[in-house]
Amino acid sequence: MLILECPYCGVKAEETELHGGGEAHLKRFGPGSSDDEFHDYLFMKENPRGVHLERWRHVNGCGKWFHAARCTQTLEVFATYSAQTTEPPQEVKDKISAKRPGWTWREFEG
Amino acid sequence: MKRYSAFAVAREGLRYHTGWERAWRSPAPKRHYDVIIVGAGGHGLATAYYLGKNFGITNVAVIEKGWLGGGNTGRNTTIIRSNYLQDPSAAIYEKSRSLYETLSQDFNYNIMFSPRGVIMLAQTEHEVRGYKRTAHANALQGVPTEWISPARVKELVPIINLEGPRYPVLGGLWQERGGTARHDAVAWGYARACSDMGMDIIQQCEVTNVRTENGRVVGVDTSKGAIDCDKLGMVVAGNCSVLSEMAGFRLPVESVALQALVSEPIKPCMDVVVMANTVHGYMSQSDKGEMVIGGGTDGYNNYTQRGSFHHIEETVRALVETFPMVSRLKMLRQWGGIVDVTGDRSPLISKTPVQNCFVNAGWGTGGFKAIPGSGWAMAELMATGHSPLAEEFSMTRFREGKFIDESVAAGVAH
Repeated sequence: MLILECPYCGVKAEETELHGGGEAHLKRFGPGSSDDEFHDYLFMKENPRGVHLERWRHVNGCGKWFHAARCTQTLEVFATYSAQTTEPPQEVKDKISAKRPGWTWREFEG
Repeated sequence: MKRYSAFAVAREGLRYHTGWERAWRSPAPKRHYDVIIVGAGGHGLATAYYLGKNFGITNVAVIEKGWLGGGNTGRNTTIIRSNYLQDPSAAIYEKSRSLYETLSQDFNYNIMFSPRGVIMLAQTEHEVRGYKRTAHANALQGVPTEWISPARVKELVPIINLEGPRYPVLGGLWQERGGTARHDAVAWGYARACSDMGMDIIQQCEVTNVRTENGRVVGVDTSKGAIDCDKLGMVVAGNCSVLSEMAGFRLPVESVALQALVSEPIKPCMDVVVMANTVHGYMSQSDKGEMVIGGGTDGYNNYTQRGSFHHIEETVRALVETFPMVSRLKMLRQWGGIVDVTGDRSPLISKTPVQNCFVNAGWGTGGFKAIPGSGWAMAELMATGHSPLAEEFSMTRFREGKFIDESVAAGVAH
């Protein structure tokens, strides 16, 4: 069972308390963007076998959105961190790099 | 290949069963094939089979990372139906269902196709309207289905409780020609027939790189060495994003875990397939007597072939209300598979940005029933560059907004 520590209230929540929100750090494209950008933003999600950055909501808890860095191959959780950021903080990147050297994610890397 | 028959059983019975052959060969890979199919699950093997049978292309290798039929083909709940709302879906699933009807005879291998009938329960007013609409659509598509009353549901499924407080049964969408088949046998039957046509099925052989030159595919690197090909078909379900990344493009899918479970075997109590989409549960009784139960997908990306326990609990909780006798059953096994889900819950059978590289993926939670039709369409696309059945399932449909939106009709069980 997946257990994530909510970075806001500090509760170690198991997944029935949480709701997944899909890929994190999406760059949103709307009116004025090219067809390619809009298409990729809507449909071409990251789907790696490995490091995955994602959004979660502590639904049956404090109700806040946060981010998690997780491995889709082992279900290992590297870190959870604030939603108020457009990229993973350096210490989160370091934690991932310690376990998965050479990881990449769109424009981010370890 | 020796044919299976009653005579063969008698003959082997008289000589201590020493004359049975292996059902398929396990050759070492050649240096070059006309066509390489990656993924020896149902869809991959069916693609190879129809390439040979319909188009005479037999210099084919089917490469498999694990063992054949060991992924979602061996992990599903074996339901076969074609009562879809959208025309392109109904066309390919009905083609598939009709191919299933004669598959045992075509293979000379018993896939135990059992057209026992499939009911999709309507348990909310929305579902009542939705399924009536589907029944009308099916009539226009030439797929025989009908809307049936709760009394008829009870007649078909005596163990059902119509008066559930949370999930009353308000009727159902009934497809009499739907049913089940033995999922392993489907893969084995295709494998045996492919091997008999001279195709190579190479198991325990993982693709590590897809080689391209000037935007066209020239071969793959594998754990058993490099293999060249003229055309490449990627048919790897949950791992399709990983493989497409090797070829340098991205697919509009996300991989999530889907689970199923079976009970201890009991005496025959339900001779149809029942699907309850509101509560994300579907159930049938296998020939061994086990109740086979499928549930919903997890809510996050996952490649582990293990699912979350609370989804099992949700499924069983809902089924207990609809089928009170289930509460006394012990569950024997539970397992998960990784399904590749697209934005509109419909598959991709498509050319790709890489020339001569084709993809068949995105079957999500409902691929088993589609195996013959999917292979038929994919083979046609790979051999001729065009398939009427596959036309609408191109990966470019998202760009054009031409969704085949089945998620409205069946977000889960489809």
